[in-house]
Amino acid sequence: MKLISLRNSIALALFSVAIGVSAKPLVVCTEASPEGFDIVQYTTAVTADASAETILERLVAFTPGTTDTVPGLAESWEISPDGLTYVFRLRHGVKFQTIDSFKPSRDMNADDVLWSFRRQLDPKHPWHDKSLTGFPYFESMDFNNLLKSVDKIDDYTVKFTLSRPESPFLRDLAMPFTSIYSAEYADQLLKSGKTAELNSKPVGTGPFILTRYAKDAQVRYKANPDYWKGVVPSEVLVFAITLDNNTRLQKLKANECQVALYPKPDDIDSIRKDPNLKLDEMEAMMISYVAMNTSHKYLSDVRVRQAINLAFDKQAYIKALFGEGKATAGVGPYPPTMLGYDTSIKNPTRDLAKARALLKEAGVPEGQVFTLFARNGGAVTNPNPLLGAQMLQSDLAQVGIKVDIRVLEWGEMLKRAKNGEHDMVFAGWAGDNGDPDNFVTPNLSCAAAQNGENYARWCNKAFEEAITAARANTDPAERAELYKQAQQVFNQEQPWISLAYPKLFTAMRKNVEGYHINPLTNNNFTTTGVK
Amino acid sequence: MLSFIARRVGLLIPTFFGITLLTFALIRLIPGDPVEVMMGERRVDPEMHAQAMERLGLNKPLYAQYIDYVGKLAHGDLGESLRTRESVWSEFTSLFPATLELSIAALIFAGILGLLAGVIAALKRGSLFDHGVMGISLAGYSMPIFWWGLVLIMFFSVSLGWTPVSGRIDLLYDIPPRTGFMLIDTLLSDDQGAFLDALHHLILPAIVLGTIPLAVIARMTRSSMLEVLREDYVRTARAKGLSPARVVFVHGLRNALIPVLTVFGLQVGTLLAGAVLTETIFSWPGIGKWLIEAIGARDYPVVQNGILLIACLVILVNFVVDILYGLANPRIRHQR
Repeated sequence: MKLISLRNSIALALFSVAIGVSAKPLVVCTEASPEGFDIVQYTTAVTADASAETILERLVAFTPGTTDTVPGLAESWEISPDGLTYVFRLRHGVKFQTIDSFKPSRDMNADDVLWSFRRQLDPKHPWHDKSLTGFPYFESMDFNNLLKSVDKIDDYTVKFTLSRPESPFLRDLAMPFTSIYSAEYADQLLKSGKTAELNSKPVGTGPFILTRYAKDAQVRYKANPDYWKGVVPSEVLVFAITLDNNTRLQKLKANECQVALYPKPDDIDSIRKDPNLKLDEMEAMMISYVAMNTSHKYLSDVRVRQAINLAFDKQAYIKALFGEGKATAGVGPYPPTMLGYDTSIKNPTRDLAKARALLKEAGVPEGQVFTLFARNGGAVTNPNPLLGAQMLQSDLAQVGIKVDIRVLEWGEMLKRAKNGEHDMVFAGWAGDNGDPDNFVTPNLSCAAAQNGENYARWCNKAFEEAITAARANTDPAERAELYKQAQQVFNQEQPWISLAYPKLFTAMRKNVEGYHINPLTNNNFTTTGVK
Repeated sequence: MLSFIARRVGLLIPTFFGITLLTFALIRLIPGDPVEVMMGERRVDPEMHAQAMERLGLNKPLYAQYIDYVGKLAHGDLGESLRTRESVWSEFTSLFPATLELSIAALIFAGILGLLAGVIAALKRGSLFDHGVMGISLAGYSMPIFWWGLVLIMFFSVSLGWTPVSGRIDLLYDIPPRTGFMLIDTLLSDDQGAFLDALHHLILPAIVLGTIPLAVIARMTRSSMLEVLREDYVRTARAKGLSPARVVFVHGLRNALIPVLTVFGLQVGTLLAGAVLTETIFSWPGIGKWLIEAIGARDYPVVQNGILLIACLVILVNFVVDILYGLANPRIRHQR
């Protein structure tokens, strides 16, 4: 049985006393509007920040700024030796938020946990078909097959039965799609025929209560007076929706917001120099890569993939797209901060002669054309896709490969890449739960190769065996060893050009305290205040 | 006049159906569907995908989907957003006032300054002022909006601190949306300072959005005025000994306004469609950004009906301009 840690709540209480409760609103310049507030219907980080990190909570929580799990709405848990049963003991005295249209009559209990999971799991549940597009995260994490049942033992004890051992399961339960909702509120909405209000007038146990949402303008919250961890430092939290990152920075400089998310890599140095601003930075759990379609002629030959890796000037790419110190060169399939990262594997030195020789050996004719897909518009994992594509094109031209760049709108690129229409594609991945499985299974497993999400369409027996065994194993040391084996295979086979592990930055005013940048890219302001 | 109006109304009906067909077809021509885009790079279970498509009614043949769409339209049902689950009408009515407010402010700015600059430039033809106005308006017309907006923000908002960087009002004010027009809502609220603050927030976005229309109106007014001032009736008015102001504004500008009015009407469409960049730079919650995001998300009901609503407005504005034009110029309304 794992023991409870009250570290979180004590730290929060001490923090509140230390900086005092601020009546001044904490204004955060965010990058987009949330799609809604019923997080289980959505997958985007911005929606998770606006709902799961403010209004809702989960059985398990991440310690701020890390991917270490600590008790959340569950005080403790027991895992059966076969890894198939998890019993959670719920925290007593946790109150759901009171809003204009709902006043809870009881504390959070097992019924709420059951409702939150069964709604997504059970097709006969009255709320199951209320989500028109289903439960995308739940389904993409294969929870509909993983969860055999969720049962109530008593009012404060819940049992989860799994269909297979799943080592990252506890971490999964700290993710937004496992948030706990009020069954009582849901019943009230169902009876009154106002089910859509679960998405627009959310109720949770979290530190902030939604007070107003104006699409593309602002999301306003007030502190939850009944929050079980005590009072939070900011009485009012406002997300000022500011799509353009240049404008976010100017607003921060003018003190129209105190925190600005996702500054451009180009602006980092100027933020560092500004006496009124400061930066929080972290090696994020993100990777950017180019997947090479191993089901295509020539690229199915490992020598061709090795040659492409040898010809590409990774350092120049990082310098041009991210700038010095804003990303590190990618080596394997996941970033170095995660379990089992193999430090013995290094990037090969750029060698055009060797690359040419390998291509010749593989019979690739001079001037062979490969199509390269890149999305229009940048993202954190790839700030300038076209520039990156042009750099790869220029490097490969030096070894006799012509690259046909196709810049596509994101949705179209996803569709075509999943169909395997590309030879190479720029892609990126941000981790969800801090577990290596969350990188390798969705992007490199054989199942993903079959359904197209593994853009390299690479299915390797040795790699598959290692990651499957690691997923089922609960011993961290053994898992680390298995992931090292997998990385060795990856390094020999080179289905990707691992481009970069981008750093994550958040800019803020000097008087902001208690913000923890998060390696999983979510943003939580429970402990943040303005001095 | 009535037959003139009837002819114009008759043209509206096929235009309306053309738009429904075009938006319906175009959004479906783009690869990817709402469920796939929502899942992004994540795994899409084929069975779950099929169920979701069925719930959304997107598994039906295209013609059936179109009939459903037009049938709902006939009942005044614009459907709901696939992403936010909000009704398209309520999203439109919550965002459109912001775009309209900004567009009106931009048009007032462009109209007043453009007319004034154009008239003076025409009167002082060949002078330094004339060359200056024409040069500036050419620069204004060619100005990249994004760059222009950021330059103004950096200078007026960050360096001088005269105007706010972005948004419709300081976030310290929590103004309940009654009409959606911030200037009206702030007047209705008890907070005295809120109206001035909202007005303050409107200045830079209105200047940025109004820059291109200003240039167009100034150039059009100048050339139209020059033409009119050469007319015999203007010479006659002058010969009659009328005051220069009366000659210019009553005899000259009134007649010169006809082409300017047309351009003004066309600018309304340009403003509504082109506000997206200004809205992005100034975090202005309008319909431009809403539509762009909806296209990215393959939010079919929002794209179809959002564009339809805007098109209807543009058609309406042009219709009104047509009528005004007909009223102002009898030769036009009698043309067959």
